[in-house]
Amino acid sequence: MLNAVEISNLTVKYPDVTALDDVSFAIKQGDFLGIIGPNGAGKSTLFDSMLGLNTNYDGTIKFFDEDIKKSKTYRKEIGYVPQKPEFENNFPATVSEVVRMGLRKKSDDKKVDEILQQLWIHELRNRRIGELSGGQLQRVFIAKALVNDPKILILDEPSTGVDQQSIDLFFSILKELNSKQGITIIWSSHDLDAVNKLANHVACLNRTLFFHGKSETFFSDDKLVKQYSEASMQEHMHHH
Amino acid sequence: MSFEILTYAFMHRALIAGTAIAILCSVMGLFLVLRRYSLFGDALAHSSFGGIALGLFAGIYPLWTAYGVSIISALLITKIKERYNISGDASIAVLLSSGIAVGLVIISFSGGFSLDIFSFLFGSILLVSVDDTVAIVALTGVILMIILLLYRQILYSTFNEKQAKVSGVQVDKINYLIIILAGVTVVTAVQLVGVLLISALFVIPNVTAIMYGRGFKQTMFISMTIAVSSVIAGILISYVFDITPAGTIVLFAIGVLAVTMGIKSAGLLSKN
Repeated sequence: MLNAVEISNLTVKYPDVTALDDVSFAIKQGDFLGIIGPNGAGKSTLFDSMLGLNTNYDGTIKFFDEDIKKSKTYRKEIGYVPQKPEFENNFPATVSEVVRMGLRKKSDDKKVDEILQQLWIHELRNRRIGELSGGQLQRVFIAKALVNDPKILILDEPSTGVDQQSIDLFFSILKELNSKQGITIIWSSHDLDAVNKLANHVACLNRTLFFHGKSETFFSDDKLVKQYSEASMQEHMHHH
Repeated sequence: MSFEILTYAFMHRALIAGTAIAILCSVMGLFLVLRRYSLFGDALAHSSFGGIALGLFAGIYPLWTAYGVSIISALLITKIKERYNISGDASIAVLLSSGIAVGLVIISFSGGFSLDIFSFLFGSILLVSVDDTVAIVALTGVILMIILLLYRQILYSTFNEKQAKVSGVQVDKINYLIIILAGVTVVTAVQLVGVLLISALFVIPNVTAIMYGRGFKQTMFISMTIAVSSVIAGILISYVFDITPAGTIVLFAIGVLAVTMGIKSAGLLSKN
């Protein structure tokens, strides 16, 4: 099957630190990839590079066999859900207005309605976004990312600071998007258990690629998990 | 109050030009307020004061030089902010005072304040000519058309630059566009309320509307309504009582804001 994403020898150097060092891996179409790694492991840098926000890297990033530095159309295929949906708290926009912002084709009202229903936020469509709970807001931003029917959904540690019920709903939505609609999902998370449950592939990042493969391979290998935990722990101590 | 004042041609021009400027300022202002650029209009107005003085000194129609200086200043603020990592409010402060300083020096070269300068400082809506009125209405139309055509991109990049970029919106270009349009809007609006009160027209109707509005379009519509009512009421009241229109317009808008705050404190508006 065609590779949805192919990253080859990706290196990103900042003046004082190498954020990513020679990272290579491929994601097949329909995969559900969980990216794990301690704080400062380069996850954000990897995402920024994939999303075209950071162009200052060595190596290549390809989406559907097209180098993103040369392709102008690749963005169409990507939906992106940010870590924290940042906006002015009193920004006067309704849920449906926010979802519509993501729309490339003008006034596709049916599509917007469909997505709102699919994500259980149709009832909220005329509410101002500042009035929503964290979980509701998260679904609004997923809806915005999905409104152009992307083939790939990229989520940056999205489950932080949301209540358990919303997290469960969020996970079931992700699962459905992946298994029923065949959307390739790239999801960075701190939550190892959740990654174990949902993702079929795992990439373990700590500036270099520490592991990439099937999740059962990773999670059934106690040594690997232990190594990862120790690395995270060290990083954690290092940060404090 | 007699309706006689509504039969004067100068009053027609004032009301038409004033309404156009009110709509333009409220729309541009909403984007500026949400981008945390509330004082941007003020800085541009003050720098356009330098442009006006330059025009009067050189014998060029002062609004033309004001447009030039305002647009150049708008771009300069942005560049300074980017290149030297000076915060937005500080770069606005620098430009604001430079404009006034340049204006004052040029004025003193040309032998002191003239009546013309005062009309730009405090507005002169009752003196707008037919040509001015046509130009104001036309510019308003063009700017609103541009905003309408790029509505989604402008709204999205105002909402969140990073996400807009990821979605393929050319955020940098949109930012420059907004800034240039703001520069043009400021100079156009100088004729209504003068250099000193411009930012009131950008900010007050929008701050009020944001308290009422649910969605963006609704907020924009409420803001336009407040701005237009303030301008019309301000012009008519000031004429009847023979006071300054600019001050009256702004005070009327502030009145609407005060009432809104009262309603909100009484718990009659939703929390946001």
